[in-house]
Amino acid sequence: MSKYYLNYLDELESEAIFVLREVWAQFQNPVILFSGGKDSIVVTHLARKAFYPSKIPFALMHVDTGHNFPETIKFRDDLIDSLGVQLIVGSVQESIDQGRVAEEKGKNATRNALQITTLLDAIESNRVDCAIGGGRRDEEKARAKERFFSHRDDFGQWDPKNQRPELWNLFNGQQFEGEHFRVFPISNWTEMDVWNYIKRENIQIPSLYFAHEREVVWRSNSWIPNSEFLKLDEGEEVVTKKIRFRTLGDITITGGIESDADTVEKIAQEVSAMRQTERGNRSDDKRSETAMEDRKKQGYF
Amino acid sequence: MVDNNQLLRFTTAGSVDDGKSTLIGRLLYDSKSIFEDQLEAIETTSKKKGHEGVDLALFTDGLRDEREQGITIDVAYRYFTTPKRKFIIADTPGHIQYTRNMVTGASTANAAIILVDARHGVIEQTKRHAFIASLLQIPHVIVCINKMDLVDYSEEAYNEVISQFEEFSSKLLVKDIRFIPISALLGDNVVNRSKNMDWYQGAPLLHTLETMHISSDINKVDARFPVQTVLRPQSDEFRDYRGYAGRMASGVLRKGDEITVMPSGFTSKIKSIDIFSGEVEEAFAPMSVSITLEDDIDISRGDMIVRSNNKPEAQQDIEVMLCWLNNSPAKPRAKYTIKHTSNEQKAMIKEVLYKIDINTLNRSSDDTDMAMNDISKVRIRTTKPLMVDPYRENRTTGSIILIDDATNETVAAGMVV
Repeated sequence: MSKYYLNYLDELESEAIFVLREVWAQFQNPVILFSGGKDSIVVTHLARKAFYPSKIPFALMHVDTGHNFPETIKFRDDLIDSLGVQLIVGSVQESIDQGRVAEEKGKNATRNALQITTLLDAIESNRVDCAIGGGRRDEEKARAKERFFSHRDDFGQWDPKNQRPELWNLFNGQQFEGEHFRVFPISNWTEMDVWNYIKRENIQIPSLYFAHEREVVWRSNSWIPNSEFLKLDEGEEVVTKKIRFRTLGDITITGGIESDADTVEKIAQEVSAMRQTERGNRSDDKRSETAMEDRKKQGYF
Repeated sequence: MVDNNQLLRFTTAGSVDDGKSTLIGRLLYDSKSIFEDQLEAIETTSKKKGHEGVDLALFTDGLRDEREQGITIDVAYRYFTTPKRKFIIADTPGHIQYTRNMVTGASTANAAIILVDARHGVIEQTKRHAFIASLLQIPHVIVCINKMDLVDYSEEAYNEVISQFEEFSSKLLVKDIRFIPISALLGDNVVNRSKNMDWYQGAPLLHTLETMHISSDINKVDARFPVQTVLRPQSDEFRDYRGYAGRMASGVLRKGDEITVMPSGFTSKIKSIDIFSGEVEEAFAPMSVSITLEDDIDISRGDMIVRSNNKPEAQQDIEVMLCWLNNSPAKPRAKYTIKHTSNEQKAMIKEVLYKIDINTLNRSSDDTDMAMNDISKVRIRTTKPLMVDPYRENRTTGSIILIDDATNETVAAGMVV
């Protein structure tokens, strides 16, 4: 840190810490939306740094689709233990059982869209006024327009055409009863930045990110993991491949890539040579050209 | 892996016709920052719309309405990295009705790219963009004279634009202006040096962005530390710890420095500067740290820690250049919430001194209404003093926003004069 300037990772880290401290100062009951994916793990790590030597002053909220990688749940529980913070779980299965939502039907049915209701219910019943997410602007075109402090109306909806202007580092978190904010401390990070940071900080991540042998099925141009939730189509075949995941989501829609990268160094190297975006393997984004924008408007992550 | 390299934020303002989207598409494409699946998506859309070839401009249009209408209506952020630097582009629309978006994009930028069509020379829009860059004190301005291929790569045409630009830019406060002749469409002088313009001795755009000196853009002289929150762990190990958490706005603070807390005026010495990995000797902008003091004094969010021999002015009557951002115009003598660093007070616009016509830069004191996109010099009265510096000396402690409590919307952005 010589010469009085920060390198880009230090600057991004400092910006994220600043945003997290603003959240703590401006909101009554913020939570970190924790998916078990690398981005929410990095946000949690940054929160630890932002409030050190205090504990992270927020709960972690996990929206559980019921279609999990077992590795993710174990990782989540271990992390909660080590941080000593509260975990709030919103269960999609419960939302289904209570009749709040109905399972999708058809071949490509997933619980992806159902999460929106569960998430918004969990936000409302826990009186959460700010949900901190690991969303990044480089992920997807609708996210490129997202603010650090992003307003949601009392139906949890995002109005992309009517966003509050965000200038300098002056964040406006004022809201009316029943509304909430989504805050994205790592808005300005790219996938590469996240990996370089994980490497530099030696942050623990679920084993799913590393290359491992797994039973998979080739579907929509990626390797979908075999699980109790997967229904095989005619002509589809379960094979064992050495794969890893670039993003982690619902096990039924998260596609893996063939890879030998079994360390963070190798992953960072592999990512820097990638010619496909990380969400290219997410069938939830492939439904239409504006799939992400449409879900985000309704209240998606 | 790139290490020790810096982050450069730049803004581009432009409209559909001057090739802004093509330029960004070109920068991203030639620096290999566009992924195959993104390119495929753009190819599909280009075909659907009946365009010839791939329309790189589509890459920068994000929202459904924008894609349908082929315009950029909001600020979109783009990222790319070269072995030398990481870049963040704030891509903003250039028409007059989007002044507020340009101001937003400019607020955090180190550099601004202003596009001029070589065939048309400096037009009203060019002046507007240069004025906003100057108003927002963007340290570096790069004027890209685009579509050089359509003027036969003529040096004369290039020089003509420069003299037109310099004629009015002498009235502006921009420290560093450079001119580059380019063709975004064909790639001349964007990433690669043009073979068609031997007369141009300067660097191509990307090289300019990669090597521009930005370390001195932040004020290094005036130590300003706005307190965001107080850290009190209450754990056995840190029973008496009381850390003031915040991010250095400017300048440098060191362990042992004599400090004053504003606005209370209490003085003390810095006992330690802490980050997660341990203590550091000094903190400089834009580091996020936690500061502990030798004395137990009452400090809370909104206070500012400064060096005792260099204090900002505590003011209640503040003159600012105000850009109105909201659909509903300013209400005379209405009360607003004012945000300045971590400080929040109530404020009233007491007087509109004049309004600026951003096309001619003329001032008018007759028309003092403030509607969306208007830029006016106003006098604001706050309920309690704010610790401000002039914006031209300090972009962090010289900036404010106004929030309308009736809607909670951010309605105006201001720069302290």
